[in-house]
Amino acid sequence: MPKMTMVQALNLALRQEMERDESVVVLGEDVGVDGGVFRVTDGLIQQFGETRVVDTPLAESGIVGMSIGMAVYGLKPVCEIQFSGFSYYTLHQMENHAARLRWRSQGRYGVPLVMRAPYGGGVRALEHHSESRETFWSHIPGIKMVIPSGPRNARALLVSAIRDPDPVVFYEPKALYRAFREEVPEEEEAMPLSRSLIAREGRDLTLIAYGAMMRPTLEAAEKLHSAHGVEAEVIDLLTLSPMDDSLLVASARKTGRVAVVHEAPRSFGPGAEIIARLVEKAFYHLEVPVARVTGYDVVIPLFSRETHYLPGVPRIVHAARQLLAA
Amino acid sequence: MPRTRIELADAIEYLSILDENGTLDRSLEPSIPAETLLRLHRTMLLARRFDERLLSLQRQGRIGTFPPIAGQEAAHLGAVAMLRPSDWIVPAFREMAADIWRGRPLESIIVYNNGFNEAGRIPADRNDMPISIPVGSQLLHAVGIAWAIKYRGQSDVAMTFFGDGATSQGDFHEALNFSGVFQVPAIFVCQNNQWAISIPRAKQTRSPTLAQKALAYGIAGIQVDGNDLLAVYAAADEAVQRARAGQGATLIECVTYRMAVHTTADDPKRYRTDAEVEEWRRKDPITRFQTYLAAKGLLAADAVAAEEAAVQAEIQAAVDRAEEQMKRLGDPLLMFEHAYAQMPAYLKEQREEFIRLRAETQEEK
Repeated sequence: MPKMTMVQALNLALRQEMERDESVVVLGEDVGVDGGVFRVTDGLIQQFGETRVVDTPLAESGIVGMSIGMAVYGLKPVCEIQFSGFSYYTLHQMENHAARLRWRSQGRYGVPLVMRAPYGGGVRALEHHSESRETFWSHIPGIKMVIPSGPRNARALLVSAIRDPDPVVFYEPKALYRAFREEVPEEEEAMPLSRSLIAREGRDLTLIAYGAMMRPTLEAAEKLHSAHGVEAEVIDLLTLSPMDDSLLVASARKTGRVAVVHEAPRSFGPGAEIIARLVEKAFYHLEVPVARVTGYDVVIPLFSRETHYLPGVPRIVHAARQLLAA
Repeated sequence: MPRTRIELADAIEYLSILDENGTLDRSLEPSIPAETLLRLHRTMLLARRFDERLLSLQRQGRIGTFPPIAGQEAAHLGAVAMLRPSDWIVPAFREMAADIWRGRPLESIIVYNNGFNEAGRIPADRNDMPISIPVGSQLLHAVGIAWAIKYRGQSDVAMTFFGDGATSQGDFHEALNFSGVFQVPAIFVCQNNQWAISIPRAKQTRSPTLAQKALAYGIAGIQVDGNDLLAVYAAADEAVQRARAGQGATLIECVTYRMAVHTTADDPKRYRTDAEVEEWRRKDPITRFQTYLAAKGLLAADAVAAEEAAVQAEIQAAVDRAEEQMKRLGDPLLMFEHAYAQMPAYLKEQREEFIRLRAETQEEK
């Protein structure tokens, strides 16, 4: 199996889905000739031509609004928003139309679009290039919010997102674009949406994370094991909405000690929903209050101090040890 | 020569064929079959009377808030009259006459305006989008549909409707710009009815016309008398032919007037004068069209009264059917449907919770 970066794995997913289904069309700013600013769409225009790999004018609402029309007609547009910080222009099209046309037309028009956007901090970027606003999309009924955590699941989830009949916001952890390689099979591989997975089994406590935070969370689990003899179970959410809570609940019932890790600001962040589900479904199994290891309720600072904002291994280990000490 | 004049190719035309007195410019008269003309007349009349009936139903509390269309019948019907069933309509929310022309049953409009999602269903044989309330947002959908039509090598068009207020929105700019860049078969029909609730046309833009905005995007644009069905038809027909021929999009500004309230929740006396409304009443689209049909020998003197009686009977029958239908509608469980293609697990749990709570809270009522 070839080893790939997340960028290469995403590129493979796009290429194979375009080969498989000519209703799949890629569009966005700089996705064609340039191959995308992160090169996720590299080479696609050479293989599929400019009718299927469309460089659009610089207008995010336009890109998504047009994608909605394309999807209603029966195409499968995969649009790229260059940075998630610029995706808020599209919130209005996503909330008012993409998420609702199936409902508004009572089943006649689905909107099978995918909106890809790199999100998150850790790459020493400019303002508006490091935010984690996945909550915006997760709160909208009718939209699916997916965040992969590695090359292999990024590829398999993007394949499923493209084939999904509903609009999917696909946030790509840009800090992981080239951070490491994984074996990714050349042959087709898809992973179901709305399914989380156990990334590491353990009995002593549960760490719940997703996206770029999976790396420090797994590292923290390793350190908890090697330095402290603690077995942490780590759950990778993969799809934030609609959220599959079965593994979270089962794990919380088993360990009774849970920490949620995300780089999004704490208040009203994904952790709030996760903890609410645990309160609803596993309250009597919880030994201690659930901990949140998250970004703070501030704008993520410019990069000289972003590592102080982002949850890292020490904060996760510290939170885990406090849960165990309580 | 550092400072020279840039020659811009186009100027904007204004088109009027049948003036407010019913006087016809024969040289511009579009060729419309007599049967279609009569159907257009019937639909104009039906839409006007139905609008009045909806208003009275609303005042009686038998339906909810709705946006009346009176005065804009020609600007709706002239635009859609030459479309094929396979063409796409992407409406805003005040295009009821176009909707009726495209085959929407009157009772569906009543049931929808009484708050039943069921009536939002679009049947499989109509390529029309449901109404779109956020102003201007739907133009981009028409561009996407038109892009897809072109991608699939079809000759259909996507026609979208919006008001003068929508031209101030960013999505208007983005849609027209995209349509020009991608040269897609889209037709932008602006219902310039002079008022966006209380904001007059002059406060939306300093541009003397809305049609001229087309020039900036490199697409065709024309301003027409929107109360002149023949002018709207001629401009739309030209735009449709241009689109089908692969020559790109058109912006049509229909200069018309919203004779009634913005919605039934609005009081226009706060922002405009009766004198202004009366002035536009003289430009009514229906009376001049009747003059035209009479002059062509298509509408006998007593035919209008007969048509009036026929549309009133049709409306009454629709009201009866709607009220009968609504007795059977309203299952609250419908609210859980169509959020996603397949209901997610947690939503199923919420649906179960709703069923349980409905039973358990009976005694609290």
